[in-house]
Amino acid sequence: MHNVMSLKTICLLFVFVTSLSFSQESMHLEEIAPEVEGKQDVKTEIKEYINHHLLDSYDFSLTSYTTDSGEHKYIGFPLPVILWDNGLKVFSSSKFHHGESVAEVDGNHYALHHNKIYKTDAAGTITLDEHHHATNKKPLDFSITKNVFTIFLVGLLMFFMFSGMAKKYKKGNMPKGIGRFLEPIILYIRDDIALPNIGKKHYKRYMPYLLTVFFFVWIINLLGLTPLGVNVTNNIAVTLALALITYVLTTFTANKNYWGHIFWMPGVPVPMKIILAPIELLGTIIKPFSLMIRLYANITAGHIVLMSIIGLMFIFKNWLGSSLSFGLAFALSLLELLVAALQAYIFTMLSALYFGSAVEEHHDDH
Amino acid sequence: MEKLINEFSIGLFFWQLVLFIGLVLLLRKFAWKPILDAVEKRESGIEDALKSAENAKLEMQNLQADNQKLLKEARAEREEMLKEARDMKNKMIEDAKAEASETATKLIEQAQASIQSEKKAAIADLKSQVANLSVEIAEKVVRTELSNKDKQLQLVETMLGEKSLN
Repeated sequence: MHNVMSLKTICLLFVFVTSLSFSQESMHLEEIAPEVEGKQDVKTEIKEYINHHLLDSYDFSLTSYTTDSGEHKYIGFPLPVILWDNGLKVFSSSKFHHGESVAEVDGNHYALHHNKIYKTDAAGTITLDEHHHATNKKPLDFSITKNVFTIFLVGLLMFFMFSGMAKKYKKGNMPKGIGRFLEPIILYIRDDIALPNIGKKHYKRYMPYLLTVFFFVWIINLLGLTPLGVNVTNNIAVTLALALITYVLTTFTANKNYWGHIFWMPGVPVPMKIILAPIELLGTIIKPFSLMIRLYANITAGHIVLMSIIGLMFIFKNWLGSSLSFGLAFALSLLELLVAALQAYIFTMLSALYFGSAVEEHHDDH
Repeated sequence: MEKLINEFSIGLFFWQLVLFIGLVLLLRKFAWKPILDAVEKRESGIEDALKSAENAKLEMQNLQADNQKLLKEARAEREEMLKEARDMKNKMIEDAKAEASETATKLIEQAQASIQSEKKAAIADLKSQVANLSVEIAEKVVRTELSNKDKQLQLVETMLGEKSLN
């Protein structure tokens, strides 16, 4: 009963926070709306805004507005840029002035072009080829971008949240505080994801990864719905890293039986075995690849649709259409809340499934 | 696809990999292990408590059954003892009766035997007395009677006649 209550409270909280996010984004759009002339321009503006929102950035800006004198003001803080270009170069992203100026470090010049750092001359010239791609040299970029900053923040939050929860167990056997809400989820992952898919013998080895990946993806998906405007899981680099860990874990903990099923499928004629081997081998890569694409695509699609519907408010600009699209956006954001948890669940579930197939014992019945 | 590759950021990938592996390792040590251990400990504790309760219940039942058995046994023993006592009593009475009747018959027999012998003695005594008396009588009679011859002869004759009658 208690858990149900806390779940409800948290859901309500997120709904509240999400609606706040609309209002902030709406404000931003309204600020820039008078600048452009005609509906077509509003559309391009919204499209650009969505594209910009989906991309990473070198500073943590919550929102921006234009002053009466036509000057762009950003609310947020700069983040460190770390480049490897014949030696480590570290400087603050404030040097770019949101892409308006060229940063000069140790005699090298760097400029932002489409949210990427390029090495340029002092004037910041970007040479483009016929496909409108910059031909300038790109230094190796390990900057603490907005997304990197967010994942570190989430990592820190998770560490304090769960180690604090673990400490509470030392005093008594019952969960306390946030543990009352988190323990059923942990138990669910253990009893309904890990145990049935991996089996009693091996599941303990994979529990730390499964629990971490579930909570990490879930929290980061939820953060994507907040007014902070961060979307980490719609970066293919993030989902690739997660899927890669699943792949590596599956491959390196697999037993003889697993490899036997890949390279020499038992119970089928020899020519079939030869045909099946490359297919199965490809399958081991396709499985984590599907994990990567699924998470990336679901979250990206959710963001695009949600923001497009919010953008519709400013295209309609009348009380009926705008309120309709607001209602639609509200309903959709509730759906996105579900998707946030669902995608975390699916990622964990499928990872557990792959681990389970890797450690499955030999059966004689096939 | 081209856009995806274009957007792919090696930096983000690198940081995500580093952070996530670090997070898994840290959380494994400081969070998941203690939490899962505590939960498991609690679950096994509950299981043990349930098991011991079940055991206690079984023991209780056993104890009750034992009590019942003891009671039954005691009752049976009492019954047995009573029965034995009754039997013994009956036997004693029987024995006493038998002994008494035996003694009585013996006594009667003895009495009969002594009566018989007394009778015999008495008869013998009577006979001898009768003989003496008769001899004395005969003597007196003879003295008086034998004063004359005729009377003597007559006497002999009567006496002979009497004798044959005996």
